[in-house]
Order: sequence, then structure tokens, then C-alpha cells
Amino acid sequence: MSQYKLSHLQLLETEAIHVMREVAAEFERPTLMFSGGKDSVVMLRLAEKAFRPARLPFPLLNVDTGHNFPELNDFRDRRAEALGAKLIVRTVEDALEKGIATQVPGEISRNRLQIPTLLAAIEEFEFDAALGGARRDEEKARAKERFFSFRDEFGQWEPKRQRPELWNIYNGRVHPGQNMRVFPLSNWTEMDVWEYIKLEELELPSIYYAHDRDVVRRGGQWLPVNDLQPPKEGEEVQNLRVRVRTIGDIMTTGCIESEATTIDDIIAEVSAARVTERGGRADDKVSESSMEDRKREGYF
Amino acid sequence: MTTTNTQLLRFTTAGSVDDGKSTLIGRLLHDSKSIFEDQWDSLQKSADLAGGSEVNLANLTDGLRSEREQGITIDVAYRYFATPKRKFIIADTPGHVQYTRNMVTGASTANMALVLIDARNGVVEQSKRHAYISSLLGIPHMVVCINKMDLVDYNEERFREIREEFYEFVPHLEIRDITFIPISALKGDNVVSDSENMPWYHGPTLLSHLEDVYIASDWNLKDFRMPVQYVIRPLTDEYHDYRGFAGQITAGRVKVGDEIGILPSGTRSKVKAIHEAGGSVEEAFCPQSVSIELEHDIDISRGDTLTTMENLPYTTKDHDAHLCWMHEKPLVLGKKYLIKHGARSTKVVFRELHSKVDVQTLEEKFEVTEMKLNDLGRVKFRTMAPLVYDAYKKNRYVGGFVIIDEATNDTVAAGMLRSPEKAQPVPEFTDYMI
Repeated sequence: MSQYKLSHLQLLETEAIHVMREVAAEFERPTLMFSGGKDSVVMLRLAEKAFRPARLPFPLLNVDTGHNFPELNDFRDRRAEALGAKLIVRTVEDALEKGIATQVPGEISRNRLQIPTLLAAIEEFEFDAALGGARRDEEKARAKERFFSFRDEFGQWEPKRQRPELWNIYNGRVHPGQNMRVFPLSNWTEMDVWEYIKLEELELPSIYYAHDRDVVRRGGQWLPVNDLQPPKEGEEVQNLRVRVRTIGDIMTTGCIESEATTIDDIIAEVSAARVTERGGRADDKVSESSMEDRKREGYF
Repeated sequence: MTTTNTQLLRFTTAGSVDDGKSTLIGRLLHDSKSIFEDQWDSLQKSADLAGGSEVNLANLTDGLRSEREQGITIDVAYRYFATPKRKFIIADTPGHVQYTRNMVTGASTANMALVLIDARNGVVEQSKRHAYISSLLGIPHMVVCINKMDLVDYNEERFREIREEFYEFVPHLEIRDITFIPISALKGDNVVSDSENMPWYHGPTLLSHLEDVYIASDWNLKDFRMPVQYVIRPLTDEYHDYRGFAGQITAGRVKVGDEIGILPSGTRSKVKAIHEAGGSVEEAFCPQSVSIELEHDIDISRGDTLTTMENLPYTTKDHDAHLCWMHEKPLVLGKKYLIKHGARSTKVVFRELHSKVDVQTLEEKFEVTEMKLNDLGRVKFRTMAPLVYDAYKKNRYVGGFVIIDEATNDTVAAGMLRSPEKAQPVPEFTDYMI
């Protein structure tokens, strides 16, 4: 009975849709974190499929670090508008001004500063669930993440107190003030995401594709040069054909040299890659536990 | 959706602390080229810091700081790798006695259990426990890897001895398919490539077995069941009266035009349209997430079950189930908990502790006085609202449930429903009522 078979992508899709509907059914005020990055583009398509022909039953939320790639923000706004979805943007800049977030001297990346900004947004809108596009294959502290990841009143993740998840049953109960981070793409790999983007012909921000950009070599990476990040003395600015593999803070997201201008090129490149996707992100390299530490504090 | 026909195999690894489980996973990832340079570098860095010791592949899976400090796996870790033939999800569960909870969790979604046995020690209690839990959780396939063959001189006799020992225990299990493979995870024998050290073994390597084991029939395609998860109501001019009953099909198939029953209310209708991820379809099947429109305007809400009219599920408030207690606070008889089954959450009271399985000897013990963390047993309970279900043995996704403590919201137990003791009256269905 070969017609009753699902491919691995269809299985992952069906699982993700189940999780999204569970969120819509069990929570009062859910939101979907949408940055415009490739994982959140997949999330948005899955949400569309989970609820059509109705509109999305939750608003989109983005924490803008002020260090986002401009291409990314344009794309984010355009997609939200096309879907008729409500988009809420909260900025790190604003959080800094209000004193919710404080910069540590010497800190270049705003990755850490996203945490208090996000927590404040969750509090402001009283979100009890936030859907995110994180995947377990990204990083080993994520390998133990649940689909429904419970956060206490301080937004903290306690790895030893996670709720067991069995079959397709998720416990979404929270008390007021607590919330749940929900990760429908938990079981997807980077390759699955790319294959799905290809299959669904999803549009992506242009920076995922090869383009010419001014970069400097720093810390073993090609970093983009721009107003926020001028070249340091002695650094040689080069104009290279590059693309990004993952999108984080513009200050710390390394570009890779690439000629990949189509989705097929990218898939070929990803299959041949010998470095993990987050390998280009300096924020993960601080210590072996840096992701775990950020997650404990409330990172998504 | 037209896509590559890569299948997905989910397996769980179970092994004692020193059976080399993490080493085996590391080996699978490494030899199938699923480990990346930066991961390798970071492992190397940890090894260098530890004083120039050998790279520990276990550091790939044991991601939490306390795990690295204690050198143990605390929680279920999920790992992913792919070969051109299949994609794999490994639920790596710890083997310590106190972590039965995690083993049960990892097993709940697996197609296959990978049981590791140390060739020097043979079948120890822990291997039996892993096999027993896999069987209890209804995993259809099992592969028993006799590991550390290098430490017993790749001796065929030893392999046969252990296999015989394991077979003696098999009658206690309900597993369809068991395969034995002699391996050395550390040296790589029979993991990805054939072993030159064991010419007497003619079976598949572990990886080729993982790639080839037949899993297409693992899903239950009989007797349509779908718990209604969410009702899609666009409330727009275009879709004014639209109601899509959304959910994941937990068993069977459903076609447009099929007559279906709605339980526990006991109403019935016909399927008008089926929408799945790819669009509208004539037929859908387990485990697709779908949205179903019915011919009649019936009051159906989250928690109700759509079912075939041919073979009805049980609809009852009194239950008998296997239970794994997962919380530090033991079960309290007479206390009100919440049960989540399918899309239904309702209150539940445990009435009787029927028996408990000694996880060391696997003997069933009666006159049970308590159920505490990591206990496995059988209980009787009553729910406030009726549950609509099949026995877990018949259908994993229709017979499983979790127990939640309302005060803390912690998930405190997971269970597998058995057929109810009392014969069930066949519900009478009313036509198309509102």
C-alpha cells in the first residue's frame, strides 16, 4: 500500500502543524516569533497551512536588535503584510533606553540584549506562548529541548525540570506570568528546512543567496562591513561574493564565500558543508555552554 | 506534496552507563559523515583541556554542563543524521536505573529500539529492563547490539551465548522483529562498515540494518480515529459557515463521503471535504494532520473524537492502564489529577494500584502500596469525562495518555490504556443533531 506512506518531510510537516494547532487551542495569547530568517519563513508557511482558510490566530513578534540586516527587516514587513498578519516589533534600542536592557562594556553583539527585550515584550502583551523556529540539531544544548519548553516567571529554562513529552501529547499548562516557548521545528535539520523551502518555493531574504559584499576577516570569519561595523585599523576590506548561512546579529554573523544563487545551489552547498550552521556565529563560541547559559536566561 | 521519498526512522538507544551507547552514536554520526568540523574541533578542544586525553564522542550528545561534569546523560537527547537512503532521529536515553522516565519518553515515538549489551557482561538486568520498556511502549522493531566484541577477541561463541541468553527472555516481550548484531562501537566493527575481525558474521552492519528495516507498516491504517484538536472557523464573508475540524489522524484512513461517528456525543455525519497540508484530498490517513468538513452542522469541539462507524472505540469513564510514574512526588490515591488523552483534558482519580513491575527482575508484584518516581505498574482509575480510545497495544497513538498535577502543572505520569474490564455497550448514534 505504497500510497499510504509519508516522506520524512511530510512527517515533519504533519508534526509541526499538530504542534501549532495545539498551541492555538490551549493558550489564551500565543504569538509567533518571526524574524524573516529561513526557519521563521518555514514556520510562517506551516502556520498558514495549519489554520487556512482562516487567518493566523496569533500575531507575529520580532525583536529587532537594531543590528538586523536591513534586507531582513524589509522582507519581514513585506511578508507580514502579504499575509494580513499583525506584526509586533520591539527593539533593543528601546529596551536600552528604558533601562530594561543594559550593555556590558565591550559587548559588540546584541544577541544577549535580545533576551530582556523579548521578556519585556512577552510581559507587555501577556503572551502565554511564543512559537519559535529553533531546531534541536542546531546546538547540543538544544538537543534536549522539548517541543513545549516551559519558562518560569523570569523567563528561565530549567533543563532538569522539563516536562516529559510522549507520543503527540503536549502539556501546555502554565500559571499566570509563566509562559511556554514552543518549537514545532524541533525535529527538523538544516537540510530539511532547505528542502522544504525548495519544495514550497518559499521566498527568502536576498542575503541567503550569493551577493557581492564588503567584508573583513576577523576571528576566523568574514564579517560584513557597514556603518555599525567599520573596518578596524589594519583590516583589509574586501569585496567578495558571499552569502549568510544563518542570520543573527549583523555584527557577528559570519558570511561564507559562495556562488550559490539558487536554492539548488544552496542545498548542494549545505550537503557538502563541513561546518555546522551556527559555526559561523561568534555568539555561540564563547564557551562550550554558552547556548545553555543564554537559554537558561530566557533566550529562545 | 511531491518530494523525495526519503523515509524517516526514529529509534531509541538504551544501554547501561558503560555499554558505550554515546560512543556508538558518535560512531554512527562520525562514520556517516554527519559530524561537522567545528563540532570535532570543539570536542578536540575539550579533550585538550582535560589533559590531552582521547576525544570523547559522548561529548557530542551530552550537551548540558552538569552532564559533562558528571560524565553521564541526564535527559533524552535527540540526534539527527541522514544517509542517502533514510533520515534518522535518535532518542538517546540514559541507562541509569533512576531514569526509567526518560527511557519511556524516548520509546514512545520510536519505530525501533536499539539495545546495547556489553559482550563481557552478557544480558544484565538493565538490558532486560530496556527491552521490557521498549516492548511495553509498543516499539515494533528491536536490534540488539552485542558491543565491545573487541574485548572478547571477536569470539563467535560468546556472541551466540549472549543471543541464547536474550532469547530466553524474549517470551516476556511483544516485539515483532528482533535482530542481533555483534559490534565494536569503539573500533567501528559492523557499525557502518563490515568487520574484518568477525568473518563468521554474515548479517548486516548496524547502519545497513537501520537503512533497510521495513517500517512502512508501522502505522495503524485500520479503524479511523481522529481527536478534534481545534475548530477552524474563518468567520469571513467568503467562508461564512465554514467549520474545519482539525486534528492529527491517530489511526486508519478516511475518505470523502465516509459516514463517521462523533464520540462521546454519539452523533454522526458524512465527510464533505478533507484538507491536508498539501491541499484538498479525497482520502487521508494516519498520521496526517488534516482538517475535515462535515455534511451537517453538528456541535463538535476540542476533545471529541471522529471515528469510523464500523469498528467503534471504547467510550468509558472507568479505566485500566499501565502507568509509568515520572515525578518525585508519589501517586496519591483519591487525589484529583488531570489526564490528557488525545485532545481531551479531564479530571481523573486513581482508585486502585493493581500491581507493580519490579524493574530489576521484571516480576509483577501485587499488594502494591505506592507508585513513585520511575515505578512501572498497573492502575485502575476513573475520569470525569469519558475517554474515547482503543487499547494501547492495538494502537499506540489512541491508547497513550499523560497525567498532570493541577497544582504544579508538572507532567507526573504517562500511561498506556488496556481494554476495559467490563464489556462496553455499543453507543446509539443519533442522526445529524445539533
